[in-house]
Amino acid sequence: MRMNVSDESLATAAAGGDLAAFSTLVERRYDQLFGLCFRLTGSRAEAEDLTHDICAALPAKIMRFRGEARFMTWLYRVAVNAAHDRRRRQASQSRAAEGWGDWELARQAELAETATQVDWLTGAMRALPDALRDTLALVLDDVTHGEAARILGVSEGTISWRMAEVKKQLRRMREEEEQG
Amino acid sequence: MTDDLDDLQDLKAAMRAASPAPDAARKARNLALAEKNYAELQGSRVGARPNSERPVSGLWRGIRSMLNVVSSRGGLIGTTALIAVTFVAFGPISELAMPPAPSPQPLFVTEEAAAVPAVPAVPAAPERAKAVTGGSNGLADLVAPSSAFSGLAEQSQMQAAPTSRRALSPGVGTLQVMSDEAAPRPAQSNTEAFANADPNPIHVTAEDPVSTFSIDVDTASYSVVRNALMHGRLPTPESVRIEEMVNYFNYGYPGPDAQGDAPFTTHVSVTQTPWNPGTQLVRIGIQGALPAVEDRPPLNLVFLIDTSGSMQNADKLPLLKQSFALMLNQLRPEDQVAIVTYAGSAGQVLAPTAAADRATILAALNRLEAGGSTAGQAGLQQAYRLADTMGQEGDVNRVILATDGDFNVGLSDPEALKDYIARQSDGGTYLSVLGFGRGNLDDATMQALAQNGNGTAAYIDTLNEAQKLLVDQLSGALFPIADDVKIQVEFNPATVAEYRLIGYETRALRREDFNNDAVDAGEIGAGHAVTALYEVTPVGSDARLTEPLRYGSNVASDQTGTGADEIGFLRLRYKAPGSDSSALIEQPIGADAGGQSQAEAGFASAIAGFGQLLRDDSYLGDWGWDEAIALANANRGEDPFGYRAEAVQLMRLAQSLSQ
Repeated sequence: MRMNVSDESLATAAAGGDLAAFSTLVERRYDQLFGLCFRLTGSRAEAEDLTHDICAALPAKIMRFRGEARFMTWLYRVAVNAAHDRRRRQASQSRAAEGWGDWELARQAELAETATQVDWLTGAMRALPDALRDTLALVLDDVTHGEAARILGVSEGTISWRMAEVKKQLRRMREEEEQG
Repeated sequence: MTDDLDDLQDLKAAMRAASPAPDAARKARNLALAEKNYAELQGSRVGARPNSERPVSGLWRGIRSMLNVVSSRGGLIGTTALIAVTFVAFGPISELAMPPAPSPQPLFVTEEAAAVPAVPAVPAAPERAKAVTGGSNGLADLVAPSSAFSGLAEQSQMQAAPTSRRALSPGVGTLQVMSDEAAPRPAQSNTEAFANADPNPIHVTAEDPVSTFSIDVDTASYSVVRNALMHGRLPTPESVRIEEMVNYFNYGYPGPDAQGDAPFTTHVSVTQTPWNPGTQLVRIGIQGALPAVEDRPPLNLVFLIDTSGSMQNADKLPLLKQSFALMLNQLRPEDQVAIVTYAGSAGQVLAPTAAADRATILAALNRLEAGGSTAGQAGLQQAYRLADTMGQEGDVNRVILATDGDFNVGLSDPEALKDYIARQSDGGTYLSVLGFGRGNLDDATMQALAQNGNGTAAYIDTLNEAQKLLVDQLSGALFPIADDVKIQVEFNPATVAEYRLIGYETRALRREDFNNDAVDAGEIGAGHAVTALYEVTPVGSDARLTEPLRYGSNVASDQTGTGADEIGFLRLRYKAPGSDSSALIEQPIGADAGGQSQAEAGFASAIAGFGQLLRDDSYLGDWGWDEAIALANANRGEDPFGYRAEAVQLMRLAQSLSQ
């Protein structure tokens, strides 16, 4: 019924308190959001958890959607920020894990196992520094450099530079691998 | 340049291929969660605050306006620090110890405070800032967006819980997630979590003669196993705790007669191991006294009922109402009942009411409806506060927590919660945890709560189970007769070469903890029976798995006089309820300890075999389902309520499913 309404109108309606619009919108974009989360985290399990975090916090965030950007740009920005938060939390979590470490160890082992299962590309992406990985994840998602710049809050030139850097690093990793 | 472009196109294609589709079940749940949060947000926005200035947007606006004003490098550093502080305060797994009633209120940064870089006011700021800076490149780029998310964490902390809920399961052992055959990566399809540890290994008596553990009267694992089998799938090995399966059954140990010293009797028997002709099973049974019903002290019960949205299935809240109604019939008029619910926010549904007033209590029970998320911690705190007000000298206070285990709100620090519950149990209020339904049953959490709260964890999947737990065994479930019961067995290296404790993995204690009264252990209730089984390999048996040491100093061999023939020595410590110091019971385990009827011993070992077949059959050799079923069937005994017949049925189901 509302399938033809644009993301932006739905988001604006959702910001105004329209639950149906909100549901339609989230459902419509969920798979894409999950895809980005996967590329940001490089692991399916992590991506599921990250998507969950975003869905949980999205209602409060969308109240502030003012239509100043395309909805997907806005949503990607939310996702990238959530991924940052998650990484930090994990950093402090592994520090805090010492006391009741068994659980955390088991989880880390599971993560490590997942890591061996993903293919070279996701593995390589995970080896990239966070900023480069985020940029690559967005660009691979057909986001233009300009939009990626807005999502990440940097200049377009920075994005282009980062992409060049990504290519350089990926090429080097592949070469190292072929030699090794 | 074209080369680069091609590379990128290749990457894109490869990425498409590598990206998995989202899990459908998770997707549905996440969408539902988003909608629920959306609806709640709408509701709370209208009702909760007289002005429209919600704290979250206040924080956001504050930081944004600050960013507009501050552009110098110094200002940015200030911002970073401030954000780091907000992150630490809001982050679900914050290292800050959580106070008993965590109120997000004081954490908000007001617009005024934010406009002035208020860093010096927070002592921890520089360190935190450093930690965060280390974690990300180009921090300045990220400051504004991440502050938006951190600010929200105040709300998302409540809902972003699966991280924190999983984190909650304390280090009892590995945490596993129920599998679902259909899913490619089973871990995502279900959020059940079970507490368990690796099966106990063989110990060589000469190296490690002492085995110490806490008793466990829980039976939750058996019900979980039954539920899985009844639904046509094998339980995951992690959900099988063998001691809980064995303890599900009553083995007819005689209790203490009249006024003995100890509130329970101990029974030791040694029998042939069914699955290994070269070993023996040492069975240690403890039988709690059953005081006459009319002698028992008045009981103050606080039902703490999870009414979150996930509880609406027929096997959850409706079953819970029926179960509690059954239990109500067993209470005496002077007992008191109160009801607290938790869902989103905690609330008292029924003020303390005498059990004689059944109509009022039943009406309150029947009014309960499921909806909202789970504010477990707030609920627990309220329930304990209420229990405190109900207690009189000599009464037994108990909080009965009924949940599907989904403690997903307000629990950001598992250690703090465990400490809180442990303090409450020291204060004399006990905790029982009843699990209902499947799907997101967080068995690990339930176990942790019950173990710390001097309580029991049980799982109710049918009305029959409610009958067994809440009616037949009501007094055992509700009246503790001994606290912190610990068992220590010292094996005699002259007679026993190797031993292995079957089950009790999550209850292991260190040897020195046995005499340390500060170390918590399981409680035993009126009429409760506990059974522990050791598989021992006698010296000289060809079933021995380890080689004897060539150079080991075999002290025991030249031992003569007392105890030379004994298998081992049993020590048992317990505290009378409310007491701080423990009493000690000692008893040698003779090689010929018989006493118990064959049927009881046979059935116990059949159930232990059943558990090992489900979990880890590496010690069973060729012994399999046929033998387990035959053994259990031959030793069903009287079985007045058909529990043992049911176990045989379950074994047959498991046999079919495992083929």
